[in-house]
Amino acid sequence: MSFLARHRIILPVVSLAVLLAATFYMQPRAMSYFGLNLLFNLAVPIALATIAQMMIIMVNDIDLSLGAFVSLVACVTATFLHDTPMLGLLILMALILAYAALGALIHTLDLPAIVVTLGMSFVWGGLALFILPSPGGASPDWLRSLMTVKPPFAPMAVVASIIIAVVTHLLIMRSGIGTVLRGVGGNARSVERAGWSVIRLKALAYGLAGLFGVLAGMALVGLTTAADANIALRYTLLSIAGVILGGGEFIGGKVSPTGAVIGALTLTLAASFLSFMRLSPDWQIGAQGAILILVLTARLIFRQKGAEA
Amino acid sequence: MTDHKSAPVVTLLDAAKHFGPVRALDGVSLAVKPGDCIGLVGHNGAGKSTLVNLINGGLSPSSGEIRFSDGTAALEAGVRSVFQELSLCPNLTVAENLRISHKALKGPGWRRPARVEILQSLDRIFPAHGIDPNAEVDTLSIAERQMVEIAIGFAPRGTAARLVILDEPTSSLDAGIADQLLAHIKRFCADGGAVVFISHMMGEVFEVANRIIVLKDGRIVAERATADFTRQGLVDAMGHVTAETADAEGIRQDLGPEIVRTDQGLSARKGEIVGLSGLAGHGQAAALARLYLSRSSSWRYGRTPDVAFVAGDRPRDGVLPLWSILRNISISALRQGARRGLVDRHAEADVAAQWKDRIGIRTDDVRNQILSLSGGNQQKVLFARALASPASVVIMDDPMRGVDVGTKQDVYAMIRAEAARGRTFLWYSTETEEVCQCDRVFVFRNHEISAELTGADITEENILAASFELQEAS
Repeated sequence: MSFLARHRIILPVVSLAVLLAATFYMQPRAMSYFGLNLLFNLAVPIALATIAQMMIIMVNDIDLSLGAFVSLVACVTATFLHDTPMLGLLILMALILAYAALGALIHTLDLPAIVVTLGMSFVWGGLALFILPSPGGASPDWLRSLMTVKPPFAPMAVVASIIIAVVTHLLIMRSGIGTVLRGVGGNARSVERAGWSVIRLKALAYGLAGLFGVLAGMALVGLTTAADANIALRYTLLSIAGVILGGGEFIGGKVSPTGAVIGALTLTLAASFLSFMRLSPDWQIGAQGAILILVLTARLIFRQKGAEA
Repeated sequence: MTDHKSAPVVTLLDAAKHFGPVRALDGVSLAVKPGDCIGLVGHNGAGKSTLVNLINGGLSPSSGEIRFSDGTAALEAGVRSVFQELSLCPNLTVAENLRISHKALKGPGWRRPARVEILQSLDRIFPAHGIDPNAEVDTLSIAERQMVEIAIGFAPRGTAARLVILDEPTSSLDAGIADQLLAHIKRFCADGGAVVFISHMMGEVFEVANRIIVLKDGRIVAERATADFTRQGLVDAMGHVTAETADAEGIRQDLGPEIVRTDQGLSARKGEIVGLSGLAGHGQAAALARLYLSRSSSWRYGRTPDVAFVAGDRPRDGVLPLWSILRNISISALRQGARRGLVDRHAEADVAAQWKDRIGIRTDDVRNQILSLSGGNQQKVLFARALASPASVVIMDDPMRGVDVGTKQDVYAMIRAEAARGRTFLWYSTETEEVCQCDRVFVFRNHEISAELTGADITEENILAASFELQEAS
């Protein structure tokens, strides 16, 4: 095993560092408290959504409804949570429970998660349109002030990313239940034989995904101060890309929360970087894809080298 | 509870298990007492796995009763199983895998006791194992994974192991490690633990078991103390009579020209059965994989493939689990039966039916799912797949892993017949008995060929001598 294969976190860190260095080289003014905040502001909801996607990928499923779900949460936050906080809170909790139930359903009936979540994305999208037919709403004041807080030393976006990474690392990588959840992705049969209820574990994983999806939607509204039924649709693919970029694998329960947060930061930064390069927005999505392919190719090459060694 | 020490850990009363019309287990009564070491033998499909799954609580009986001495569930009663197919979570570390089956490890700082516990267990069973409890399981070799799995089975895990079921535990271990395990089993039973030991290696069963149970067609056909059995009697009881070892046929002279030669020095002639031997993991599988990949292209697939491959690791590179038996066989021969790019369904069905009969796949209908077959019969399907292709060279990567004696004899005969018709076989096997069937044997050591044996030189002594490095003063 080579050093790189053993420490999967190194490649995401290096990718982020290289991209950050390139950005600072193009635009030295970004190298400031204010500049960093601006660069990474929108990374916080994306990082939370990436963690949500990671919970699903951890148990060998994939969630195609996450973008629609985060949009729905944003709509609920900008309307109910603002106008009637208690009702808003209840709705958000119900959404988390719905996610957990979805996980149990997918496992019990042995349904392909990709199909179920694709179907659910239309349900979430429809509900969002129902709640907020046209862009609008308002962010609750406490949420707005939370997302625009100015901590000393480092901007909010960086501090929040570190907190998210540490908390999810403790939850998934260090705690006992997190270990068992990763075990479900690695070998569900062996976990079941050891006396665990895999249905409950899957419901837990999906419930956690719902929780982080809700947090992502709320963070997004705190930044944008308003919502729209389509506000976060691209989060579905961004979150999947973030997990993979961060060293996760589609199957086998190999995920890294820290890597996922770094992956989300890298993707956000890639967009800013391409703007600094004065690339037309028409080309940006393609260029973002190219960066993704580049990083994945690097990972594959290192892994093959590791296997040969 | 006064006679707790001698009460049976588990008692089965006329337990039966049916899967639809299939009677996997047909009324078995059995009591396992502390101190028992029971050898469980029977050919594939005799009901061993079903019996094990009833005892460990993985299945509930269709009729009859299963009683545990402590509590009502197998786990509470201290019944653990170590399965034949590796059942660790490969993405977790060794210590984390212990956590999966040890619910009492809780709270912050559970990692340290987990590491200590698994390390103690490994040290006790396999002294000088050299396994790091922080290593992720998929960085370990197959033998190391098996060792970890066994260690987890015997680890205290909050209560104590009272009955450990070992299903083919030594199939991927080399002889030295297997001896350590057998010694531990004896110690464990002497201390009042119980073991159910399933193995196809008769020597091991006779060494550790104090009682042997023979299963056949879902019933116990013989249950006696080990001393009352002879090896021949045991094999007879299983229902398969081991064919007499083939008389040394001498070197076959009618071999054709050399058609395989690699940089390593591996060579084979037309119609020859070439064996690859040596200790497991010394580069035999890699040599075969390289040979296969060099003779086949990822881009072009000719009408007649040059080489065919029989996988030993069935789940990984053998069966197509969602397909029927028929499709699993015909995949290699589709091109021959195809017309204008479309599959000829009749030709496909003919090929499958013909091979089902020739190789004796036990099924009513080749359109059944491949996973409905037992392991040995799945392996026959893989043989059929390779032999159904017109390839002139067949590469076999330890294909007999976990296959019963009867199937083996069938396949040996098939291989000899096909070789006589001009096919070349390259056969890696971990069992010396199989290698002795070959015309020529290459012994591997440290990824290089250390000896080439032919004819009468192919003996266990010669192979062993070539497998081990003799220390020389430098």
